[in-house]
Amino acid sequence: MLTKRLIACFDVVNGRVTKAQQFQDNIDVAPAADLAQRLYEDQIDEIVFYDITASAEKRKIDLDTVRAVAHHVFVPFTVGGGIRTLDDMYEVLKAGAEKISIDSMAVRDPDLIRQGAEAFGRQCVVLSTQVKHQGVRPGLPSGYEVFIDGARLATGLDALDWVRRAEDLGAGEIVVNSIDRDGTATGYDLDVTRAVADAVNVPVIASGGAGTVAHIADGLTAGGAQAAIISSILYSPRFARNLGVRELKDALLDRGVPMRPYVADGA
Amino acid sequence: MIAVIDYRAGNAPSVGYALERLGLAHRLVAEPAGLGGVDRIVLPGVGAAGATLASLRDSGLVEPLRARVLDDGIPFLGICIGLQVLLDHSEEGDVAGLGWVPGRVRRFPDGLRVPQIGWNAVRPTRPHPVTDGLGRDAYCYFVNSYFAEPTDPADTLGVTEYGSDFASVIGRANIVATQFHAEKSGPVGLALLERFAHWDGTC
Repeated sequence: MLTKRLIACFDVVNGRVTKAQQFQDNIDVAPAADLAQRLYEDQIDEIVFYDITASAEKRKIDLDTVRAVAHHVFVPFTVGGGIRTLDDMYEVLKAGAEKISIDSMAVRDPDLIRQGAEAFGRQCVVLSTQVKHQGVRPGLPSGYEVFIDGARLATGLDALDWVRRAEDLGAGEIVVNSIDRDGTATGYDLDVTRAVADAVNVPVIASGGAGTVAHIADGLTAGGAQAAIISSILYSPRFARNLGVRELKDALLDRGVPMRPYVADGA
Repeated sequence: MIAVIDYRAGNAPSVGYALERLGLAHRLVAEPAGLGGVDRIVLPGVGAAGATLASLRDSGLVEPLRARVLDDGIPFLGICIGLQVLLDHSEEGDVAGLGWVPGRVRRFPDGLRVPQIGWNAVRPTRPHPVTDGLGRDAYCYFVNSYFAEPTDPADTLGVTEYGSDFASVIGRANIVATQFHAEKSGPVGLALLERFAHWDGTC
């Protein structure tokens, strides 16, 4: 059967992974390529890498770091940040990424989703969205609003309207990133994750807030997500004790969540 | 020397990195001249069957590939879309495939979340030098909305369950192909690539 996925997420600045809390106060962790290699060897299912300052600095994504990670990682690898055009997508894919994650740029230019899906296939285009609970109000029937630019700018878009539109345009996966929970280790926002999983037919990825095995299990069961993005629990220096991929998977398997089993004699 | 077919919508670099890790000599091939002197071919693929076929035609690669694979009989590995283009027809865009393996490519039925994205178990259905060693339930990375249905059951080498069983590995003579991304299936996938690199093309 198709198993659920654990996706390690890196926020990268100048080739190094950093860890933020609610999109602020970044602290340095490790070089991206080194951490990617270590997690690959620990048999993480997938890696996603956001060049978090590329967009704000209006520069192109750091392709050298993309290449360095791709050289060490033989599991799927997604790259986001600073992707504005079809050519940007092409360069990132040619550098060795499997998928492109677009977020703020997709809100500004939704046709980018369509263009990417047409050129490279739907499976290459991951729509990531930052959502915040604002309460139900006119124009916001789900009560969740889409934000962009590192959670700084409210768009007025309803989260469910936006993900449905993104799916129609060609997004192959949807990442639901809770601004309220990001870096807090208080668990994913299960309500919005479940609502998105029910609203679209493509795979949905829970993001923002996983601090314990129970949180991950909840996201993948009650939250209805097909995959869980984790970061702090794996490597944040703010955590008294980080957990390894194998430890996480064994604990999830114990809770009845289907996971890819650990391969004993890994090459 | 392994030729990795490189076309705009493909992911040849990822396959190249995997072969590099395994220490296997390879080159990315974007035009017919590159197929001379290679002793095996990998056709990777992501995206849509129609776009892949159009890209191969535009690069003038279809006939040279046919000559090397069907006439010369050198070992060939198709990956993902590189598998789907081998059959006679794909429902995706209603396009004719290369027709090297009899059969069709169909969409997963309604009610399933598509694309199927993630790690799923591959169960070999008959012995083959490239898939032997996968083990009973090898988990591999899939990304697909369509699946192959070979006409001859003997062309199915392995199956995977998504809704129901589909052919996740197919093969015929010197051709073998995986629906999953061997280059992105961790140690299991790397081991399969290595076995392909040492396969003599018989089974």
